[in-house]
Amino acid sequence: MNAEVRPIVPLASSSVGALAAMKGVFSRDMKVAFRQRQDLLNPLLFFIMVVTLFPLGVSPEASFLREAGAGILWVAALLSVLLSLDHLFRHDFDDGTLEQLVLQPQPLFLLILAKTMAHWMLTGLPLVILTPVLGVMVHLDGNSIAVLCLTLLIGTPVLSLIGAIGAALTLGLRSAGVLLSLLIIPLYIPVLIFGTGTVAAAVEGASVGAYLALMGAFLVLALTLAPFAAAAALRISLSNG
Amino acid sequence: MWQFFHKLGSPKWFFGISTRFMPWLLMSGILLLMAGVVWGLAFAPKDYLQGNSYRIIFIHVPTAFMAQSVYIMMASAALVTLVWRMKLADVFVKAVTPVGLVLTFLALFTGAVWGKPTWGTWWIWDARLTSMLILLFLYGGVIALDRAINDEKSAARAVAVLVLVGVVNIPIIKYSVEWWNTLHQPATFKLTEKPSMPAEMWVPLLLSVLGLYLIFGWLACIRMQTEILSREQRTRWVKEFVMKGKV
Repeated sequence: MNAEVRPIVPLASSSVGALAAMKGVFSRDMKVAFRQRQDLLNPLLFFIMVVTLFPLGVSPEASFLREAGAGILWVAALLSVLLSLDHLFRHDFDDGTLEQLVLQPQPLFLLILAKTMAHWMLTGLPLVILTPVLGVMVHLDGNSIAVLCLTLLIGTPVLSLIGAIGAALTLGLRSAGVLLSLLIIPLYIPVLIFGTGTVAAAVEGASVGAYLALMGAFLVLALTLAPFAAAAALRISLSNG
Repeated sequence: MWQFFHKLGSPKWFFGISTRFMPWLLMSGILLLMAGVVWGLAFAPKDYLQGNSYRIIFIHVPTAFMAQSVYIMMASAALVTLVWRMKLADVFVKAVTPVGLVLTFLALFTGAVWGKPTWGTWWIWDARLTSMLILLFLYGGVIALDRAINDEKSAARAVAVLVLVGVVNIPIIKYSVEWWNTLHQPATFKLTEKPSMPAEMWVPLLLSVLGLYLIFGWLACIRMQTEILSREQRTRWVKEFVMKGKV
């Protein structure tokens, strides 16, 4: 191995274990995010505003909202995760951190998993915490709100993980935002269907165990496979120049 | 075996060999499709429940079958692109994506036309229909991503990743009719069982599926040849081919 191919500024040397490297990436991403608080707030405000549009645009009737509320909240959460995905790799790509990350001796998919977890903590989790308030505003009853929060808690990490693949694929392209939506929305549809299906079953008083098990399966599948796809996509995008 | 494998990676070799068997693909494809469709539309017995309206099955099933089959072929080629970096594999993916898009659209369209007289509605948000619509979006996304990346090699590999990720949708389409209770009927053909319709109905259907398969093969070859010519335009054999008209 000659000196030229070695990373110029090693974030972590090969003696650092994979777990420690993941922890490093995670805490760095959190720190960077908390230094730009407005960026954290924007997806949340977007989420609230999209939810507001439906009673105003379709019907403020309690009966309509009770029926459509879970779907509205899910669609709004999906869109706001989609909107925040652009931030996942963009800044690191622009300032070159991402290239250093790819050059690390630790497996890239683990580092991406850490980044995606940070992204979920910063966008998905706040949405879940905000959901009960909005759920009351769309006249959902207590039980439905609890189930809705549970589905979002399982579902939003899936959205972040699938989104990471799309964000990695469209990195550095023209009109990346629209393209990202085109690529990712088809893959989001199954999660949306089962997410809202669970709440619909809860409203009817049916058992939700099977639905939740399926959503858990989605999460496990995304957790195990998506980081590999995102890592492959990232390498391709970076070699693109 | 390995020699064959290496040859398969050579665009020039493919160009030569495909020119030789393409006429056969086209001829036999047209013959089978014509036989199947004419037999199905004009001579097959009427359905006792649906009357003549069921006859669109002879177009609907082949296109729907091919729409999924093309995606599976694309996914296999995408895997080859990522693992072995074979040039022909990404030529194949790029060449057949628009064909798959059109086939999926045709399947949805003929399904809507069939749905109107039998279910009383053009469209219904049932599992099979929705997952075919997702397949249409996936094909659209693949084309959009391919067009957005200028560099040919990274476009091919990025597309390959996307195609492989989209593969999760195929089993959903396949089993949607069995998992969920829907309006859509179960699959017409199964490998393990006898079809649930009389031979006068399923034989022409099988013929048109096979015919469309062969025509797709021809279409894939001719689109791949065009793509190869434009990619290899600087090589000597392409220049010679353009001057003399043969490889």
